Amino acid sequence: MTPRYQKILFTVLFLTSVLMTAVLVRLREHAHDQLLQGITEQGTTAPAVAPPEPVTFMVADDGTSTLRAESMAFPLPVEPEARARAVLNRLLAQYASPQSQHPLPTETDPVEAVYLMAESDPAPGTPSDRSASEPATQIHSSPEPASRRNQIAIVDLTQSFAATHPSGLETETLTVLSICATLHANLPRVAEVRFLVGGQQQATLNGHADLTQTYLTAASAAASGAQP
Amino acid sequence: MLCVLPVPAQARRFVVVLDAAHGGADTGAVLSAAGTAGGQSGDRQALEKQTLDKQALEKQTLDKQTLEKEMTLAMSQQLRALLVARGFTVVETRENDQLVDADARAVAANRAHADACLTLHATEAGTGVHLFVSSLGQLQPTLLMPWKTVQAGWVQSSLKLSSALHASLTATGNGSGSDVEIPVTMGRTSLPAIDSMACPAVAVEVAPWHGGAGSEVVDVTDLDYRTRVLQAVAAGLLSWRSEAGQP
Repeated sequence: MTPRYQKILFTVLFLTSVLMTAVLVRLREHAHDQLLQGITEQGTTAPAVAPPEPVTFMVADDGTSTLRAESMAFPLPVEPEARARAVLNRLLAQYASPQSQHPLPTETDPVEAVYLMAESDPAPGTPSDRSASEPATQIHSSPEPASRRNQIAIVDLTQSFAATHPSGLETETLTVLSICATLHANLPRVAEVRFLVGGQQQATLNGHADLTQTYLTAASAAASGAQP
Repeated sequence: MLCVLPVPAQARRFVVVLDAAHGGADTGAVLSAAGTAGGQSGDRQALEKQTLDKQALEKQTLDKQTLEKEMTLAMSQQLRALLVARGFTVVETRENDQLVDADARAVAANRAHADACLTLHATEAGTGVHLFVSSLGQLQPTLLMPWKTVQAGWVQSSLKLSSALHASLTATGNGSGSDVEIPVTMGRTSLPAIDSMACPAVAVEVAPWHGGAGSEVVDVTDLDYRTRVLQAVAAGLLSWRSEAGQP
Protein backbone atom coordinates (compact mmCIF):
# COMPACT_ATOMS: atom_id res chain seq x y z
CA MET A 1 0.00 0.00 0.00
CA THR A 2 1.47 3.37 -1.10
CA PRO A 3 1.45 5.91 1.67
CA ARG A 4 -0.70 9.00 1.11
CA TYR A 5 2.19 11.46 1.33
CA GLN A 6 3.95 9.59 -1.54
CA LYS A 7 0.83 9.83 -3.72
CA ILE A 8 0.65 13.55 -3.08
CA LEU A 9 4.37 13.95 -3.78
CA PHE A 10 4.12 11.98 -7.01
CA THR A 11 1.12 14.01 -8.18
CA VAL A 12 2.91 17.29 -7.43
CA LEU A 13 6.04 16.14 -9.26
CA PHE A 14 4.01 14.98 -12.25
CA LEU A 15 2.11 18.27 -12.49
CA THR A 16 5.38 20.20 -12.15
CA SER A 17 6.99 18.25 -14.97
CA VAL A 18 3.98 18.87 -17.23
CA LEU A 19 4.09 22.58 -16.39
CA MET A 20 7.83 22.76 -17.04
CA THR A 21 7.39 21.02 -20.41
CA ALA A 22 4.78 23.57 -21.43
CA VAL A 23 7.02 26.46 -20.31
CA LEU A 24 9.98 24.97 -22.17
CA VAL A 25 8.00 24.64 -25.42
CA ARG A 26 6.75 28.22 -25.10
CA LEU A 27 10.24 29.57 -24.41
CA ARG A 28 11.58 27.72 -27.46
CA GLU A 29 8.87 29.23 -29.68
CA HIS A 30 9.55 32.67 -28.24
CA ALA A 31 13.29 32.33 -28.89
CA HIS A 32 12.60 31.21 -32.48
CA ASP A 33 10.32 34.19 -33.08
CA GLN A 34 12.94 36.54 -31.69
CA LEU A 35 15.59 34.99 -33.92
CA LEU A 36 13.44 35.54 -37.04
CA GLN A 37 12.65 39.12 -36.02
CA GLY A 38 16.31 39.74 -35.35
CA ILE A 39 17.17 38.87 -38.97
CA THR A 40 14.80 41.44 -40.41
CA GLU A 41 15.32 44.13 -37.79
CA GLN A 42 19.05 43.83 -37.28
CA GLY A 43 20.65 47.21 -37.34
CA THR A 44 18.30 48.74 -39.92
CA THR A 45 17.58 51.83 -37.88
CA ALA A 46 20.33 54.02 -36.64
CA PRO A 47 20.18 55.30 -33.09
CA ALA A 48 18.46 58.65 -32.89
CA VAL A 49 21.61 60.26 -31.54
CA ALA A 50 23.70 59.27 -34.60
CA PRO A 51 24.67 62.26 -36.73
CA PRO A 52 23.25 62.48 -40.28
CA GLU A 53 25.65 61.21 -42.93
CA PRO A 54 25.73 62.20 -46.61
CA VAL A 55 24.23 59.57 -48.90
CA THR A 56 24.10 59.57 -52.70
CA PHE A 57 21.14 57.95 -54.41
CA MET A 58 21.31 57.07 -58.10
CA VAL A 59 17.67 57.72 -58.91
CA ALA A 60 16.05 56.22 -61.99
CA ASP A 61 13.96 58.27 -64.41
CA ASP A 62 11.62 56.31 -66.68
CA GLY A 63 11.12 59.32 -68.96
CA THR A 64 14.76 59.53 -69.97
CA SER A 65 15.83 55.99 -69.07
CA THR A 66 18.73 57.38 -67.05
CA LEU A 67 19.98 57.58 -63.49
CA ARG A 68 20.67 60.90 -61.80
CA ALA A 69 22.55 61.48 -58.58
CA GLU A 70 20.63 62.88 -55.62
CA SER A 71 22.28 63.68 -52.28
CA MET A 72 20.63 63.38 -48.89
CA ALA A 73 21.78 63.13 -45.29
CA PHE A 74 20.36 60.87 -42.63
CA PRO A 75 21.64 58.73 -39.75
CA LEU A 76 23.02 55.35 -40.76
CA PRO A 77 24.00 52.20 -38.89
CA VAL A 78 27.73 51.59 -38.49
CA GLU A 79 27.81 47.96 -39.63
CA PRO A 80 28.44 47.94 -43.44
CA GLU A 81 25.79 45.35 -44.36
CA ALA A 82 23.12 47.04 -42.29
CA ARG A 83 24.27 50.37 -43.75
CA ALA A 84 23.88 49.09 -47.31
CA ARG A 85 20.46 47.68 -46.52
CA ALA A 86 19.32 50.96 -44.91
CA VAL A 87 20.49 52.97 -47.95
CA LEU A 88 18.74 50.66 -50.43
CA ASN A 89 15.49 50.60 -48.45
CA ARG A 90 15.53 54.40 -48.34
CA LEU A 91 16.20 54.53 -52.11
CA LEU A 92 13.32 52.17 -52.91
CA ALA A 93 11.02 54.01 -50.49
CA GLN A 94 11.59 57.15 -52.58
CA TYR A 95 10.16 55.40 -55.63
CA ALA A 96 6.86 54.89 -53.80
CA SER A 97 6.24 58.65 -53.58
CA PRO A 98 3.62 60.09 -55.97
CA GLN A 99 6.22 62.45 -57.52
CA SER A 100 8.57 59.62 -58.43
CA GLN A 101 9.77 59.45 -62.03
CA HIS A 102 10.16 55.70 -61.56
CA PRO A 103 7.01 54.71 -59.68
CA LEU A 104 7.11 51.51 -57.67
CA PRO A 105 4.51 50.13 -55.26
CA THR A 106 4.79 51.00 -51.58
CA GLU A 107 6.64 48.26 -49.75
CA THR A 108 8.05 48.33 -46.24
CA ASP A 109 11.74 47.37 -46.33
CA PRO A 110 11.83 45.62 -49.73
CA VAL A 111 15.48 44.72 -49.18
CA GLU A 112 15.51 41.80 -46.78
CA ALA A 113 19.29 41.65 -46.38
CA VAL A 114 22.55 42.72 -48.00
CA TYR A 115 25.58 40.46 -47.69
CA LEU A 116 29.05 41.84 -48.45
CA MET A 117 31.87 39.47 -49.36
CA ALA A 118 35.45 40.11 -50.42
CA GLU A 119 36.20 39.07 -53.98
CA SER A 120 38.20 35.86 -54.05
CA ASP A 121 40.36 37.04 -56.93
CA PRO A 122 40.96 40.76 -56.68
CA ALA A 123 40.54 42.54 -59.98
CA PRO A 124 43.49 44.59 -61.24
CA GLY A 125 41.23 47.58 -61.85
CA THR A 126 37.61 48.55 -61.84
CA PRO A 127 35.90 46.86 -64.80
CA SER A 128 34.41 49.26 -67.27
CA ASP A 129 31.89 46.96 -68.86
CA ARG A 130 30.39 43.50 -68.55
CA SER A 131 33.02 41.37 -70.16
CA ALA A 132 32.03 38.83 -72.73
CA SER A 133 34.94 36.62 -71.96
CA GLU A 134 34.91 33.90 -69.35
CA PRO A 135 36.29 35.01 -65.99
CA ALA A 136 40.04 34.63 -66.16
CA THR A 137 41.89 32.97 -63.33
CA GLN A 138 44.75 35.18 -62.25
CA ILE A 139 47.71 34.22 -60.15
CA HIS A 140 48.85 36.90 -57.73
CA SER A 141 52.22 36.62 -56.12
CA SER A 142 51.19 38.86 -53.23
CA PRO A 143 47.41 38.81 -52.75
CA GLU A 144 45.87 41.90 -51.22
CA PRO A 145 44.39 41.59 -47.76
CA ALA A 146 40.63 40.99 -47.67
CA SER A 147 40.06 44.41 -46.11
CA ARG A 148 41.35 46.11 -49.31
CA ARG A 149 39.76 43.87 -51.93
CA ASN A 150 36.75 44.78 -53.95
CA GLN A 151 33.51 43.46 -52.57
CA ILE A 152 30.61 41.49 -53.94
CA ALA A 153 27.22 42.58 -52.61
CA ILE A 154 24.40 40.08 -52.55
CA VAL A 155 21.08 41.89 -52.35
CA ASP A 156 18.17 39.81 -51.10
CA LEU A 157 14.85 41.36 -52.17
CA THR A 158 11.51 40.34 -50.70
CA GLN A 159 9.25 38.15 -52.80
CA SER A 160 6.39 40.62 -52.47
CA PHE A 161 8.57 43.43 -53.87
CA ALA A 162 9.51 41.34 -56.92
CA ALA A 163 5.95 40.17 -57.46
CA THR A 164 4.46 43.67 -57.30
CA HIS A 165 7.23 45.42 -59.24
CA PRO A 166 5.87 46.83 -62.53
CA SER A 167 6.63 44.33 -65.28
CA GLY A 168 8.68 45.70 -68.15
CA LEU A 169 12.14 45.69 -69.67
CA GLU A 170 12.93 49.35 -68.97
CA THR A 171 11.42 49.67 -65.51
CA GLU A 172 12.97 46.45 -64.19
CA THR A 173 16.37 47.23 -65.72
CA LEU A 174 16.37 50.72 -64.18
CA THR A 175 15.51 49.35 -60.73
CA VAL A 176 18.40 46.88 -60.91
CA LEU A 177 20.86 49.49 -62.23
CA SER A 178 19.70 52.04 -59.66
CA ILE A 179 20.40 49.57 -56.84
CA CYS A 180 23.83 48.68 -58.26
CA ALA A 181 24.89 52.29 -58.88
CA THR A 182 23.63 53.47 -55.47
CA LEU A 183 25.58 50.71 -53.73
CA HIS A 184 28.71 51.72 -55.63
CA ALA A 185 28.19 55.41 -54.90
CA ASN A 186 28.02 54.82 -51.14
CA LEU A 187 30.23 51.75 -50.79
CA PRO A 188 32.91 52.27 -53.49
CA ARG A 189 34.52 48.89 -52.83
CA VAL A 190 31.36 47.14 -54.02
CA ALA A 191 32.33 46.19 -57.57
CA GLU A 192 29.81 43.41 -58.25
CA VAL A 193 26.21 42.86 -57.27
CA ARG A 194 24.15 39.69 -57.31
CA PHE A 195 20.48 39.38 -56.51
CA LEU A 196 18.33 36.95 -54.57
CA VAL A 197 14.57 37.05 -54.12
CA GLY A 198 13.29 35.68 -50.83
CA GLY A 199 16.66 34.04 -50.24
CA GLN A 200 16.55 32.11 -53.53
CA GLN A 201 17.99 32.77 -56.96
CA GLN A 202 15.29 33.90 -59.38
CA ALA A 203 15.56 34.17 -63.16
CA THR A 204 14.08 37.65 -63.49
CA LEU A 205 12.80 40.46 -61.29
CA ASN A 206 9.25 40.27 -62.65
CA GLY A 207 9.56 38.66 -66.06
CA HIS A 208 12.28 40.80 -67.68
CA ALA A 209 15.44 41.98 -65.87
CA ASP A 210 17.91 39.09 -65.67
CA LEU A 211 18.76 38.34 -62.04
CA THR A 212 20.96 35.33 -62.75
CA GLN A 213 23.95 37.39 -63.86
CA THR A 214 26.46 39.31 -61.80
CA TYR A 215 26.18 43.06 -62.33
CA LEU A 216 29.30 45.21 -62.38
CA THR A 217 28.55 48.43 -60.53
CA ALA A 218 30.81 50.60 -62.67
CA ALA A 219 29.02 49.34 -65.78
CA SER A 220 25.60 50.00 -64.23
CA ALA A 221 26.11 53.74 -64.17
CA ALA A 222 27.48 53.72 -67.71
CA ALA A 223 24.68 51.51 -69.06
CA SER A 224 22.03 53.85 -67.74
CA GLY A 225 23.72 57.08 -68.78
CA ALA A 226 24.06 58.27 -65.17
CA GLN A 227 24.03 62.03 -64.73
CA PRO A 228 25.87 63.77 -61.90
CA MET B 1 28.29 25.56 -74.75
CA LEU B 2 29.83 27.01 -77.88
CA CYS B 3 28.17 28.49 -80.91
CA VAL B 4 29.49 27.98 -84.44
CA LEU B 5 28.88 31.27 -86.14
CA PRO B 6 26.99 31.35 -89.42
CA VAL B 7 29.00 32.00 -92.55
CA PRO B 8 27.18 34.65 -94.60
CA ALA B 9 26.18 33.66 -98.08
CA GLN B 10 27.36 35.71 -101.07
CA ALA B 11 23.96 36.81 -102.28
CA ARG B 12 20.82 36.25 -100.31
CA ARG B 13 17.72 37.98 -99.14
CA PHE B 14 17.64 40.38 -96.21
CA VAL B 15 16.38 38.36 -93.26
CA VAL B 16 14.68 39.89 -90.22
CA VAL B 17 13.92 37.73 -87.19
CA LEU B 18 10.92 38.83 -85.13
CA ASP B 19 10.96 37.47 -81.62
CA ALA B 20 7.62 37.93 -79.85
CA ALA B 21 8.60 37.81 -76.17
CA HIS B 22 6.91 35.51 -73.66
CA GLY B 23 4.26 32.96 -74.69
CA GLY B 24 2.48 29.96 -73.20
CA ALA B 25 2.74 29.85 -69.41
CA ASP B 26 5.05 32.87 -69.49
CA THR B 27 2.39 35.55 -69.85
CA GLY B 28 4.61 38.60 -69.32
CA ALA B 29 3.07 41.81 -68.00
CA VAL B 30 -0.64 42.40 -67.61
CA LEU B 31 -1.61 45.37 -69.73
CA SER B 32 -4.77 47.32 -69.01
CA ALA B 33 -6.50 47.98 -72.28
CA ALA B 34 -9.18 50.36 -73.38
CA GLY B 35 -10.18 47.85 -76.01
CA THR B 36 -9.02 44.43 -77.06
CA ALA B 37 -5.60 43.31 -78.17
CA GLY B 38 -6.61 44.10 -81.69
CA GLY B 39 -7.29 47.66 -80.71
CA GLN B 40 -11.03 47.52 -81.28
CA SER B 41 -12.84 49.78 -78.87
CA GLY B 42 -15.84 47.47 -78.56
CA ASP B 43 -19.41 48.49 -77.76
CA ARG B 44 -18.44 50.19 -74.54
CA GLN B 45 -21.26 52.74 -74.56
CA ALA B 46 -23.84 50.01 -74.83
CA LEU B 47 -22.18 48.19 -72.01
CA GLU B 48 -22.15 51.28 -69.83
CA LYS B 49 -25.90 51.60 -70.20
CA GLN B 50 -26.41 48.17 -68.81
CA THR B 51 -26.77 47.66 -65.12
CA LEU B 52 -24.13 45.16 -64.22
CA ASP B 53 -23.90 43.27 -61.01
CA LYS B 54 -20.58 42.88 -59.22
CA GLN B 55 -19.61 39.66 -60.97
CA ALA B 56 -20.22 41.12 -64.39
CA LEU B 57 -18.15 44.18 -63.49
CA GLU B 58 -15.24 42.00 -62.43
CA LYS B 59 -15.50 40.00 -65.65
CA GLN B 60 -15.54 43.23 -67.64
CA THR B 61 -12.37 44.35 -65.87
CA LEU B 62 -10.67 41.09 -66.73
CA ASP B 63 -11.81 41.37 -70.35
CA LYS B 64 -10.11 44.77 -70.56
CA GLN B 65 -6.78 43.29 -69.58
CA THR B 66 -4.42 42.10 -72.25
CA LEU B 67 -1.45 39.92 -71.55
CA GLU B 68 1.96 40.98 -72.84
CA LYS B 69 2.37 37.66 -74.66
CA GLU B 70 -0.79 38.41 -76.70
CA MET B 71 0.36 41.92 -77.47
CA THR B 72 3.85 40.89 -78.57
CA LEU B 73 2.41 38.21 -80.85
CA ALA B 74 -0.01 40.74 -82.37
CA MET B 75 2.90 43.15 -82.87
CA SER B 76 5.03 40.44 -84.45
CA GLN B 77 2.31 39.46 -86.91
CA GLN B 78 1.56 43.07 -87.84
CA LEU B 79 5.23 43.91 -88.28
CA ARG B 80 5.75 40.77 -90.38
CA ALA B 81 3.06 41.97 -92.79
CA LEU B 82 4.68 45.41 -93.00
CA LEU B 83 8.12 43.94 -93.64
CA VAL B 84 7.05 41.31 -96.18
CA ALA B 85 5.32 44.09 -98.12
CA ARG B 86 8.68 45.89 -98.22
CA GLY B 87 10.54 42.87 -99.55
CA PHE B 88 12.07 41.51 -96.36
CA THR B 89 12.30 37.83 -95.55
CA VAL B 90 10.80 37.42 -92.10
CA VAL B 91 11.32 34.61 -89.60
CA GLU B 92 9.25 34.51 -86.41
CA THR B 93 10.39 32.71 -83.26
CA ARG B 94 6.78 31.90 -82.43
CA GLU B 95 3.58 32.16 -84.43
CA ASN B 96 1.12 31.16 -81.73
CA ASP B 97 0.72 31.08 -77.97
CA GLN B 98 3.52 28.68 -77.10
CA LEU B 99 6.33 28.74 -74.58
CA VAL B 100 9.69 29.20 -76.32
CA ASP B 101 12.78 29.34 -74.14
CA ALA B 102 15.60 31.83 -74.63
CA ASP B 103 17.96 29.28 -76.22
CA ALA B 104 15.36 28.20 -78.78
CA ARG B 105 14.77 31.84 -79.75
CA ALA B 106 18.49 32.40 -80.26
CA VAL B 107 18.83 29.15 -82.21
CA ALA B 108 16.01 30.22 -84.53
CA ALA B 109 17.69 33.59 -85.11
CA ASN B 110 21.13 32.09 -85.68
CA ARG B 111 19.85 29.41 -88.07
CA ALA B 112 18.12 32.10 -90.11
CA HIS B 113 21.46 33.93 -90.60
CA ALA B 114 19.53 37.07 -89.77
CA ASP B 115 20.54 40.57 -90.79
CA ALA B 116 18.47 42.04 -87.95
CA CYS B 117 16.77 40.53 -84.91
CA LEU B 118 14.03 42.35 -83.02
CA THR B 119 12.72 41.12 -79.69
CA LEU B 120 9.29 42.64 -79.07
CA HIS B 121 7.99 43.59 -75.61
CA ALA B 122 5.09 45.66 -74.28
CA THR B 123 4.68 47.29 -70.88
CA GLU B 124 2.50 49.55 -68.80
CA ALA B 125 5.50 51.30 -67.24
CA GLY B 126 7.21 54.34 -68.71
CA THR B 127 6.23 56.14 -71.87
CA GLY B 128 6.89 55.81 -75.59
CA VAL B 129 9.23 53.26 -77.07
CA HIS B 130 12.26 51.79 -75.30
CA LEU B 131 15.12 50.35 -77.34
CA PHE B 132 17.58 48.04 -75.64
CA VAL B 133 20.86 46.56 -76.81
CA SER B 134 22.80 43.85 -74.99
CA SER B 135 25.01 45.14 -72.18
CA LEU B 136 27.85 42.81 -73.25
CA GLY B 137 31.13 44.46 -74.13
CA GLN B 138 32.20 44.41 -77.78
CA LEU B 139 34.47 41.55 -78.85
CA GLN B 140 35.84 40.58 -82.23
CA PRO B 141 33.64 37.77 -83.61
CA THR B 142 35.45 34.46 -83.91
CA LEU B 143 34.37 31.16 -85.41
CA LEU B 144 33.57 29.70 -82.00
CA MET B 145 32.14 31.88 -79.26
CA PRO B 146 30.65 31.06 -75.83
CA TRP B 147 26.92 30.53 -76.29
CA LYS B 148 25.82 32.97 -73.58
CA THR B 149 27.93 35.82 -74.94
CA VAL B 150 27.66 35.35 -78.71
CA GLN B 151 26.09 38.79 -79.04
CA ALA B 152 29.40 40.35 -77.95
CA GLY B 153 30.58 40.03 -81.56
CA TRP B 154 27.59 42.04 -82.81
CA VAL B 155 27.19 44.73 -80.15
CA GLN B 156 28.49 47.53 -82.40
CA SER B 157 26.11 46.49 -85.19
CA SER B 158 23.27 46.25 -82.68
CA LEU B 159 23.97 49.79 -81.48
CA LYS B 160 23.88 51.02 -85.10
CA LEU B 161 20.60 49.19 -85.72
CA SER B 162 19.22 50.73 -82.52
CA SER B 163 20.26 54.19 -83.74
CA ALA B 164 18.55 53.59 -87.10
CA LEU B 165 15.34 52.59 -85.33
CA HIS B 166 15.65 55.56 -82.96
CA ALA B 167 16.01 57.99 -85.86
CA SER B 168 13.01 56.50 -87.61
CA LEU B 169 10.83 56.50 -84.49
CA THR B 170 11.66 60.09 -83.52
CA ALA B 171 10.82 61.17 -87.07
CA THR B 172 7.26 59.90 -86.65
CA GLY B 173 6.14 63.29 -85.34
CA ASN B 174 7.11 64.97 -88.59
CA GLY B 175 4.88 64.59 -91.61
CA SER B 176 2.80 61.82 -90.16
CA GLY B 177 -0.21 63.92 -89.29
CA SER B 178 0.80 64.26 -85.66
CA ASP B 179 2.56 67.20 -84.05
CA VAL B 180 3.88 65.23 -81.13
CA GLU B 181 6.84 62.91 -81.36
CA ILE B 182 6.71 59.59 -79.61
CA PRO B 183 9.42 59.65 -76.92
CA VAL B 184 12.11 57.06 -77.55
CA THR B 185 14.75 55.98 -75.04
CA MET B 186 17.80 53.82 -75.62
CA GLY B 187 19.52 51.61 -73.08
CA ARG B 188 21.59 48.52 -72.43
CA THR B 189 20.37 45.42 -70.64
CA SER B 190 21.00 41.73 -70.26
CA LEU B 191 18.47 39.51 -72.02
CA PRO B 192 19.45 35.84 -72.31
CA ALA B 193 17.82 35.42 -75.75
CA ILE B 194 19.55 38.46 -77.24
CA ASP B 195 22.90 37.67 -75.60
CA SER B 196 23.03 34.40 -77.58
CA MET B 197 22.03 35.88 -80.94
CA ALA B 198 24.63 36.08 -83.70
CA CYS B 199 23.07 39.05 -85.47
CA PRO B 200 22.45 42.76 -84.87
CA ALA B 201 19.78 42.51 -82.18
CA VAL B 202 17.57 45.09 -80.48
CA ALA B 203 14.77 44.69 -77.93
CA VAL B 204 11.85 46.98 -78.75
CA GLU B 205 9.52 47.67 -75.83
CA VAL B 206 6.33 49.63 -76.45
CA ALA B 207 4.89 51.56 -73.48
CA PRO B 208 1.83 53.83 -73.23
CA TRP B 209 2.26 57.20 -74.85
CA HIS B 210 1.77 60.08 -72.38
CA GLY B 211 1.36 62.82 -74.89
CA GLY B 212 -1.23 62.01 -77.47
CA ALA B 213 -3.74 64.58 -78.68
CA GLY B 214 -4.70 66.73 -75.68
CA SER B 215 -1.93 65.13 -73.62
CA GLU B 216 -4.05 62.05 -73.09
CA VAL B 217 -2.52 58.69 -72.37
CA VAL B 218 -2.59 56.44 -75.42
CA ASP B 219 -2.63 52.83 -74.29
CA VAL B 220 -0.20 50.32 -75.72
CA THR B 221 -3.14 48.28 -77.00
CA ASP B 222 -4.33 51.19 -79.15
CA LEU B 223 -4.20 49.96 -82.75
CA ASP B 224 -3.42 53.37 -84.28
CA TYR B 225 -0.55 53.96 -81.87
CA ARG B 226 0.82 50.47 -82.38
CA THR B 227 0.59 50.81 -86.15
CA ARG B 228 2.43 54.13 -86.02
CA VAL B 229 5.23 52.59 -83.97
CA LEU B 230 5.53 49.49 -86.15
CA GLN B 231 5.52 51.52 -89.36
CA ALA B 232 8.39 53.56 -87.95
CA VAL B 233 10.22 50.35 -87.02
CA ALA B 234 9.70 49.04 -90.58
CA ALA B 235 11.04 52.34 -91.95
CA GLY B 236 14.03 52.02 -89.64
CA LEU B 237 14.73 48.54 -90.96
CA LEU B 238 14.51 49.85 -94.53
CA SER B 239 17.12 52.44 -93.61
CA TRP B 240 19.22 49.69 -92.01
CA ARG B 241 18.96 47.60 -95.17
CA SER B 242 20.07 50.58 -97.27
CA GLU B 243 23.08 51.06 -94.98
CA ALA B 244 23.92 47.41 -95.51
CA GLY B 245 24.07 48.10 -99.23
CA GLN B 246 20.93 46.27 -100.25
CA PRO B 247 18.22 48.07 -102.16
